[in-house]
Amino acid sequence: MADRPLSPHLSVYRMYRYSVLTSITNRLTGVALSAGLIVLVYWLMAAAGGAKAYGRALGVLSSGALKVIFLILLAAFSYHLLAGIRHLIWDSGRGLERSQSQRSAWLIGIAGLLLFAGLAWWTCLHWTMAGAGGAR
Amino acid sequence: MSLRSPLGRALGAGSAKEGVHHWWSQRLSAVALVPLSIWFVVSMLSLPSHDYAMVTAWMEQGWTPVFLILFVLTAAWHSHLGVRVVVEDYVHNSGTKSLALALVAFLHVVIAVAGVFAILKVAFGGAA
Repeated sequence: MADRPLSPHLSVYRMYRYSVLTSITNRLTGVALSAGLIVLVYWLMAAAGGAKAYGRALGVLSSGALKVIFLILLAAFSYHLLAGIRHLIWDSGRGLERSQSQRSAWLIGIAGLLLFAGLAWWTCLHWTMAGAGGAR
Repeated sequence: MSLRSPLGRALGAGSAKEGVHHWWSQRLSAVALVPLSIWFVVSMLSLPSHDYAMVTAWMEQGWTPVFLILFVLTAAWHSHLGVRVVVEDYVHNSGTKSLALALVAFLHVVIAVAGVFAILKVAFGGAA
């Protein structure tokens, strides 16, 4: 494999292009959400394990590190949802012109940030209300 | 001019019609996840607290366990399709790739089964 000549690939692309950025961000947020599924199942299994097991898991889930992870997951969800809808619209054959795709890239970037800001605000409201007692 | 090979024409089998399966499953699960994931996130944030009594009461009531199961299964399926492609794209050694793909598949089955089991257990009141 190593001896065969390679055609130039990654090095010939301009990596800062909006199309590259939106694509790799969709991938990264998708992988982050996949990891989030592990947290989800941990939480569900804790609920199935009874009050004691749940209490222990809630201690882990309300730790500072997990709060950071929840915010990352909310950011990933905000972007991946909108980028996914953009892909579904593309699949219907619409919005594929370069100007349209540039506009929708900006749109999902800004709307994703707004959605994340709203969800993060809602989540922080929970954390301040719950005080020491609760978490997601 | 036909692009089919003479052998292909003689066998007359055509394509296996499997070519778009991965692509189509990913879109279908994506469409389903739009309402399901929004429902899940909004439900999580709408719960007044996340203590044991509150969460299990929510998981038992009405359509919640049904939507939760649909969410976990669809998310696990969509996640498997996505992570699979990431592994196929970035892991180049064929042995490591096969191993990684098998692990990814097993992990997603565990996620799906554990998720459904836990939801049903709480919904049927076995967790108390």
